[in-house]
Amino acid sequence: MAVLDRAATGAAAPAPQRRPGATRRRQERSHRILVLGGLLVGACFAGLPVLWMLSSSFKANSEIFQSPPRLVTEGFSLAAYTSIFSDPTKLRFFVNSYVVAIAVTLLTLLVSLLAAYAFSRYEFPFKRSLNVVVISVQAVPPITLLIPYFGLVVGLGLYNTYPGLVLTYLVFTLPYAIIMMTGYLNTLPRELDEAVKMDGAGPLTTLWRILVPISVPGMVSVGVYTFMLAWNEYLFALTLTRTTDMRTVPIGIQLLMGQHSYEWNEMMAMSVLGAIPVLLLFAFFQRFFMGGMTAGAVKI
Amino acid sequence: MSQSTVPKGRAPVGAGDVPPTPVLRRRGSAGLGRRATPYAFLSPTLVLIAVLMAAPVVLVVGYSFFDRVITARQSQFVGLDNYLQVLTDPVFTRALENTGFFVGASVLAHFALGLAFALLLNSPLLAGRVRALFRLVYILPWLFTTAITAVLWRMLLNPNGVVNYGLGALGAVDGQVEWLSDPRLALPTVTFINIWSGYPFFMVSLLAGLQGIPKDLYEAARVDGASAWQQFRSVTLPQLRPIIISMALLDVIWTSQQFALIWMTTGGGPVDATEMLSTYTYKLPFADFDFAVASASAVVVLALSLVLAVLYVRHQKARD
Repeated sequence: MAVLDRAATGAAAPAPQRRPGATRRRQERSHRILVLGGLLVGACFAGLPVLWMLSSSFKANSEIFQSPPRLVTEGFSLAAYTSIFSDPTKLRFFVNSYVVAIAVTLLTLLVSLLAAYAFSRYEFPFKRSLNVVVISVQAVPPITLLIPYFGLVVGLGLYNTYPGLVLTYLVFTLPYAIIMMTGYLNTLPRELDEAVKMDGAGPLTTLWRILVPISVPGMVSVGVYTFMLAWNEYLFALTLTRTTDMRTVPIGIQLLMGQHSYEWNEMMAMSVLGAIPVLLLFAFFQRFFMGGMTAGAVKI
Repeated sequence: MSQSTVPKGRAPVGAGDVPPTPVLRRRGSAGLGRRATPYAFLSPTLVLIAVLMAAPVVLVVGYSFFDRVITARQSQFVGLDNYLQVLTDPVFTRALENTGFFVGASVLAHFALGLAFALLLNSPLLAGRVRALFRLVYILPWLFTTAITAVLWRMLLNPNGVVNYGLGALGAVDGQVEWLSDPRLALPTVTFINIWSGYPFFMVSLLAGLQGIPKDLYEAARVDGASAWQQFRSVTLPQLRPIIISMALLDVIWTSQQFALIWMTTGGGPVDATEMLSTYTYKLPFADFDFAVASASAVVVLALSLVLAVLYVRHQKARD
């Protein structure tokens, strides 16, 4: 506020015999203050709710709605976290989420790499049509698939199992993974694999020995994005599992809401813990992350 | 499908942009094997798409013409009865209206906030590190899964919560506002939560777009004496137009499919105040066990999505 006031009075003050650059500089300074002010307002909008989540996870449940609200309370403790870590039921949510998300990521990488290799390095009949099929899969809303999936998953004996979730998640991870991997392989020079093929190597050897090692950045992009989608999935996890020991983190958070009373501090602690994998992936792979995000958006 | 051309000097980004590959036919003897190779690589994908997409879509369309599917052993062909039941259901009409408001307001606000934040972050007056810090904070809402966003806002918007306290202290509201359980406030409130969680996607893409605008366009505008606002109108906006249209269409598609946020904040209530096409279609089978009518509703949702997808693909083709 003080800075703003000073800027305001400074700009309004009459300035005799000003050098020509001075007005410009003054204008630039008030402009910078405007930009910073705007940024701070925006940062409050984006960041304060998150800060409040973090702060609430360290409170006692009785202090969650105390008035006036305080960021750090007398009851400040790690109790909500220790309660989650000492409860096998709640830990199980995390195990389930990791198992499903990692399995989906590995399978997606494998299948999309093979398909992308075909799209990138071969010409064949129906290539365009198959491409359109892959792309249009993305346009089908999950809620439409839910009813047949329910019948399908029960029929295959996969209801309430990991494979049931992993299989159905592939439907929304594969299309953009194939599109991103194809785009990536297209940027790699063809001369590399041509040379190996001349030496009599088969297509699988070419893919594995030449293309896979230099595709690591592309695979990281696809992998990070896939993991995040699988980690966050809600609708299929809600419908295709039944028992508490098969629930993933998003459903687990909701289950905390239903039981007895609302344990807000534990829900917030669980939210913080549930957000950590995605936040870490984002922190380490920010560049890939953005690349994946925008590449996925550029084309469906 | 029409052939799309790849602009020169840009790496192709989509599978649709594959440049023509010379047909690999080096050794004549391996003719059939060679021709089968790409299909072999594609076979896992094709099997998965057949099982996870083609079969389910055929099934759900089939279900929609029968009664008592899945729950009963015997079901009868009923023609368009299920569709009539859905389309004449006042709750369905309400869900359609609510979805329209939710999607329209969300997409407009995502765009406005995304653009405002992208412009601020792109300001040349910022030091690199300050910019990176703010960008991180601005992306935060997008990094939380919907379930987390939902419980977080349920806590913040609790009648005794910090939002009411803050607004009360400013004198903006009086007492304990029931943001999520007041029928008049519930829909705007869930829309607000969705706006909070979704604008970063727009922002990131627009920021990338802003950084891609050639500097000499601004130079030329300045030489012509254009003000900051005129530069924004005649350089920035036209340059961002293709990105804005793509993002808006994608956002419409995704927002119209939003389920988890509604389900975990209001469950479609109070009464039907926040019922959406997604929650409506979910409740029919999994709360009322009417899989047949639900299938009809699911097919209607599919048809609407396909219209949007066709618009999107058309726009992308026009861009290339």
